[in-house]
Amino acid sequence: MTATTERLTIGWRGFRAGPWCNEVDVRGFIQANYTPYEGDAEFLSGPTPRTTALWHRLTEMFVDERARGIYDVDASTPSSITAHRPGYVDRDAELIVGLQTDAPLKRAIMPTGGLRMVETSLKTYGYQLDPRVEEIFTKYRKTHNDGVFDAYTAEILRARKAGIITGLPDAYGRGRIIGDYRRVALYGVDRLITAKRAERAALDGLMSTEDVIRDREELAEQIRALGELRSMAASYGYDISGPATNGREAVQWLYFAYLAAVKEQNGAAMSLGRTSTFLDIFLQRDIDEGVLTEREAQELVDDLVIKLRIVRFLRTPEYDQLFSGDPTWVTESIGGMGDDGRPLVTRTSFRFLQTLYNLGPAPEPNLTVLWSPRLPVGFKRFCAEVSVDTSSIQYENDDLIRPRFSDDTAIACCVSAMKVGEQMQLFGARVNLAKALLYAINGGRDEMTGVQVAPAFPPITSEHLDHDEVRAAFDRMIDWLAKTYVEALNIIHYMHDKYAYERIEMALHDHPVQRLLGCGIAGLSVVADSLSAIRYARVRVIRDGTGLATDYVVEGDFPKYGNNDDRADAIAVELVEDFMRKVRQYPAHRGAVHSQSVLTITSNVVYGKHTGNTPDGRRVGEPFAPGANPMNGRDRRGLVSAALSVAKLPYDQAQDGISLTASITPVGLGRTEDEQVTNLVGLLDAYTDAGGFHLNANVLNRETLLDAMAHPENHPQLTIRVSGYAVNFIRLTPEQQRDVINRTFHESL
Amino acid sequence: MTTTGSVHSWDVSTAVDGPGTRFVLFLSGCPLRCLYCANPDTWHLRDGHRMTVDEVMAEIAKYRRFIEIAGGGLTLTGGEPLLQPAFTAAVFQRAKQLGLHTALDTSGFLGARASDELLADTDLVLLDIKSWDPATYRHVTRGEVAPTLQFARRLSALRKPMWIRFVLVPGLTDDWDNVAGIASFVSTLDSVERVEVLPFHKLGASKYAALGIPFTLADVPTPDAELVRRVRDQFAGCGVPVH
Repeated sequence: MTATTERLTIGWRGFRAGPWCNEVDVRGFIQANYTPYEGDAEFLSGPTPRTTALWHRLTEMFVDERARGIYDVDASTPSSITAHRPGYVDRDAELIVGLQTDAPLKRAIMPTGGLRMVETSLKTYGYQLDPRVEEIFTKYRKTHNDGVFDAYTAEILRARKAGIITGLPDAYGRGRIIGDYRRVALYGVDRLITAKRAERAALDGLMSTEDVIRDREELAEQIRALGELRSMAASYGYDISGPATNGREAVQWLYFAYLAAVKEQNGAAMSLGRTSTFLDIFLQRDIDEGVLTEREAQELVDDLVIKLRIVRFLRTPEYDQLFSGDPTWVTESIGGMGDDGRPLVTRTSFRFLQTLYNLGPAPEPNLTVLWSPRLPVGFKRFCAEVSVDTSSIQYENDDLIRPRFSDDTAIACCVSAMKVGEQMQLFGARVNLAKALLYAINGGRDEMTGVQVAPAFPPITSEHLDHDEVRAAFDRMIDWLAKTYVEALNIIHYMHDKYAYERIEMALHDHPVQRLLGCGIAGLSVVADSLSAIRYARVRVIRDGTGLATDYVVEGDFPKYGNNDDRADAIAVELVEDFMRKVRQYPAHRGAVHSQSVLTITSNVVYGKHTGNTPDGRRVGEPFAPGANPMNGRDRRGLVSAALSVAKLPYDQAQDGISLTASITPVGLGRTEDEQVTNLVGLLDAYTDAGGFHLNANVLNRETLLDAMAHPENHPQLTIRVSGYAVNFIRLTPEQQRDVINRTFHESL
Repeated sequence: MTTTGSVHSWDVSTAVDGPGTRFVLFLSGCPLRCLYCANPDTWHLRDGHRMTVDEVMAEIAKYRRFIEIAGGGLTLTGGEPLLQPAFTAAVFQRAKQLGLHTALDTSGFLGARASDELLADTDLVLLDIKSWDPATYRHVTRGEVAPTLQFARRLSALRKPMWIRFVLVPGLTDDWDNVAGIASFVSTLDSVERVEVLPFHKLGASKYAALGIPFTLADVPTPDAELVRRVRDQFAGCGVPVH
């Protein structure tokens, strides 16, 4: 027996064989080997003293990190999979090892995305970029950021500057790509290299055109990256050339693969995938063999989660303003149903959620439950209990995702579904639809600056806005916007592929990969309400001396989006459909499938700041509602009505996700914890049944948040869900904190 | 159906007026004038919108499936739903035909107007006993307590599930004997499922301002945790859960 086959024999002992043995097929392995768990949370273990001590050591460092902005940075070593020596939190105590650099919370520089971002960030925190690095990345090596600006058109630059197209990943990593990190644990690196070589060899028969050459080069890079992953693991004393042979190794192998990705890429969202049920198979085998206890299994999961909580990237204050609280979107998708009707819930699904008790609430990893009313009751109740206690979970509709993607689909970032290992996203941030409406009225001039940003279409000159005229002008405007937007994204992703290719993440995908173009819209509720006001009330325009419309007076009442009133909700539905249709008209980079999200994360505050008065009565500078939420205070009939309005938005026209954030007070759910859990489960079941895609459930008192604003030191781990991810409340800017507090708290009088 | 009612508004809420997630219909008009009333905008029958039973049911229909899956039902409150007993009965009858759980939120002051048919279509009565001491009751509500107690006994005889609600206002309803009186009365009833002590709040104050009505309790503090605990403890002897 060769060493490799021996390793396979040990690694796969006891597993039910299948096609997954002969080809890379993690889903097949899971389906053949996992044990659904339909019980309750009784079996779970609390933290061990070791876990608590390790976590405590880090939480003490978090205090300094918060005070200084960052804890530390290595300003002279451009990061790569193998650039940094091994690092430890506490070498003797850690069960799972590996850090992005050689010390915990020490951030790395990743200049291939853009040198300016690195320089600005370093300067912000009082560090100096190593002159050699600067020389290399200005003189010898071009960055993604440089490439993008070489190809941007004048129109894109104007649109970007005006903030009608925003948040573009043109200065840093695009993210929203999930490597199938499980492959490394199941097959070992060598087997994956063999498979990649076969994919590369299969291209030899093709004519060497630009596309084929690029594919060959990328596959060669993927193979190289897998070799580097093996070396990096070896530097920590692990040989991951073969499969993991027990639960601890499975967690470690998987984490090494993820670690390689976050060493190589400063992606906007570096999500983990759907790992808990996969890992459960290894943990359960150890438990069955009598070599692992529940307490030890939980310890391994706790240790992995500790590592995921300390993933860090170096970013600028401007970035933080958009996406507050230093998010990394280490999203882990938990639960969901299988195609065969068995729940994909295992004990390890519970163990991941249990970390929120064992380590306390935290924004990362971004724990995402794929919800279906058919999930086992015990799991549903535990999720609801964890939500009530920690507000750290988001929910996404498994019954919408599964038939359109697969039962091995994970969420990247906040709400972006993709088949693990088969699909990737070309992340596209979002356009500001509210500004587009104002541009339509002003003939392409910016309402804040007067600058001609879009082409000079004829402005609307009537004193009162006419609905049909505004709609026609808006239609023209979003046509231009969609074109400019897709062009910008094509440029960004062309350059990202060229200068900052995600070697290891893509090595953990099949070839050829399916690409999704992740467009997005912000300001949906503002535009819906504005068009409703124009249609159902009368809107008078106030113009300045240059004829620029700068304010609007609404005369009369009008139906508002968020009250389950079809008159207003239908407008929102049309807007989603219209923009999707516009985007689809324009060809996407490398044949990507067009998609869009209705998601703002925390950027709704910044978008609002840069958008003038709108015809719905919203004042200049006032934040937009986050994601697909109704505007603050306009949903008058409670959370359920608002949720049903949002649920009307067609997922098929926004398959990159539709986000709803709700804050509920505990008494708004029930008088006892048991009642609260029952009612939250009921709400989630009914919202899912109604076709709602996503729900961020915060169960919080307004007073708690006010107290946290005044006394942050008393609330170091207070976590709230904000449009697709969670943040430490105390790490939000005061402006964002106020926005969160002002948002409708769903508590009846 | 041609029966119409005077409707103030409606919303959908969870765990506030009855179990689970509920369509809550606020009717206009109330014979009492409770000093602490949070909805002074529902006092007058004439201020509501005229709605037919069909129109109300059309709104409810939008939520029927959601409520069925979430668990919950329909609550009629106000105002005082028994000021419009025919309308209330008609809505409940239709709701029962849809299989919805029905809850009647009432002071019981007009309990005599509730027909047996209406009660047959009512799954739960949220019965406000605003005070025990007749003088206090009169001061708080400008009405009499006796009809409420009579209604409670009738519901008990019918084995109709009840949640007893008591609004706790410091210095107004918090007298030991006043609370003890309600508690011992409740323990004589057979079908009470729970007691809810509702701490006085001033969230309705802005409505008074908008309506130009003086809010006489503006300076009364909300009850502190200790007082709430004391009163809940007083109810603990009733043998049902106290919230």
